[in-house]
Amino acid sequence: MTTRKSTVLVAAIVLAVSLAGAAVTVHQLDHLRARATAEEALYVPSAKILQGLSLGYNGLLADIYWTRAVQYFGTEHHLRSREYRLLEPLLDITTTLDPHLTVAYEFGATFLAQKPPEGAGDPDAAVRLVERGVRENPSAWRLYYNLGFIHYFERRDYAAAADAFERGSRVPGAYAWMKVMAAQMSQHAGNVQTARFLWSSLYETSDNDDIRANATKHLLALQVDEQVALLEKLVAGFQQRTGHWPANWTEMAAGGYLRGVPLDPNRKPYRLTPGGRVLVQDPEDLPFITQGLAEEPSQQQPNESK
Amino acid sequence: MSRISAVASNTFREAVRDRVLYNLIFFALLLVGAALLFGQISIGIQRIVLVNLGLSAISVFGVVIAIFIGIGLVSKEMEKKTLYTILSRPVQRWEFIVGKFGGLAWTLVVNTLCMAIGFFAALYLLARHFERADGYLVVAIYFIILEFVVVTAVALLFSTFSSPVLSAVMALALFVIGTFAEDLRAFAAMSHGAMRVFATLAAYVVPNFASLNVISSVAHGQPVAASLVVYNTVYSLFYAAAALCGAILVFEYRNLK
Repeated sequence: MTTRKSTVLVAAIVLAVSLAGAAVTVHQLDHLRARATAEEALYVPSAKILQGLSLGYNGLLADIYWTRAVQYFGTEHHLRSREYRLLEPLLDITTTLDPHLTVAYEFGATFLAQKPPEGAGDPDAAVRLVERGVRENPSAWRLYYNLGFIHYFERRDYAAAADAFERGSRVPGAYAWMKVMAAQMSQHAGNVQTARFLWSSLYETSDNDDIRANATKHLLALQVDEQVALLEKLVAGFQQRTGHWPANWTEMAAGGYLRGVPLDPNRKPYRLTPGGRVLVQDPEDLPFITQGLAEEPSQQQPNESK
Repeated sequence: MSRISAVASNTFREAVRDRVLYNLIFFALLLVGAALLFGQISIGIQRIVLVNLGLSAISVFGVVIAIFIGIGLVSKEMEKKTLYTILSRPVQRWEFIVGKFGGLAWTLVVNTLCMAIGFFAALYLLARHFERADGYLVVAIYFIILEFVVVTAVALLFSTFSSPVLSAVMALALFVIGTFAEDLRAFAAMSHGAMRVFATLAAYVVPNFASLNVISSVAHGQPVAASLVVYNTVYSLFYAAAALCGAILVFEYRNLK
């Protein structure tokens, strides 16, 4: 083998090994610095300063910050975190750098508003974000829709929700049901049918898979809440009639209360406790449910979280 | 080995003769000026400003030197016809490349050490004492040196097949992309299909300068994990070796006539 050939062979082998080694190491570095990018991004916490430093490329910088916000939220969400302290500043920087990035307001508000661990549980911050989005993008009717959602589900401020839907319905191009929504708010605020209508309309009008998946989860949660309430009513009826709590679903079925073992939307049987409570087997698979949980049931109305 | 060190020491001497180390004067003036200025106009952030400015200046000066000298390492020798004299002696092409790389890397290390001494002197003048957290500043400077090693290797790779101007543009672009490497990988992770494959590949091929930059965190006195030091060292050596091998392969087949 000539000297050149051996040099080339060694160099090629070292090149391949080094590239593979670098890829493996960088993978390890990413694990090590999973949260570092977002935290370091906030060492310059002022969006105005960043705007100056971006030398006019603030659109690009906004895209990067939006990606960082999504990554940060995704990482924290994956860890079932109860705290999302960097989310609001990251969204603030993103939307200041590019005030017309409506996707950041829409998704960002959802991230901020939803209760932990599904979100930051800060509906007031979500409202501030969307209100700013509305100011910057008055023709984006979906932002009014988002605003109405947050007021309705997270803040239970039905008047504010009605106002948001009403304002949105006046925007050219807004769906006609925005007006219906505004009317629903004032007449039937707080009931399950209104909640179902809101989530169904969101599912039907959105072309984003994530939004549709989120709406589906909420609709399933509404279904579970209703089923659990109904089953507990039946169990209470059984107890009143027989003087004891049913030992299992078979006993209920034998008494003519049910046709068989009741199943949740994931086709898993509901659990019946000796005290007559009905529980969901795997609540982790059904986020947003408010009934059928092992702890004390919340006092809120069925599925009132976004 | 002696042939490689001969090429390396010649490269170092040439860089010094080119008055590369003059940048140290600008660096010193910058630090003194910044320390005086911010000492007068701001409250509480003098040290942070000095650390941010000092370490950023070390990084920027070094990267500029690495790119603008690195891109001329091969082309300049060809232009002046001195390459033929070197290669006519018992110096192999790969030895020439490794020697050039070693010489420039050494120049940058010396340059960085001089700047680091000036930086710590300015820090002492400002605070009148050193803190335990200042040890992390040394780690940040070490990461900056690793950054130079990678940039030098990349610039050298480009100089083996491209014109100096184009090499400078490509090396500078790669440096900028590399500082956003983590974001690039995040973009790749969010994409789908063929785009995901392409983006992931690109994200791993570009140098990862993001994890080498800990200036902001050390300015706030935050510690640097030992594992980060290990991984960054291993990564930089791997990447520089890959770029250097790429340069050797290109140069071996390059027609020098």
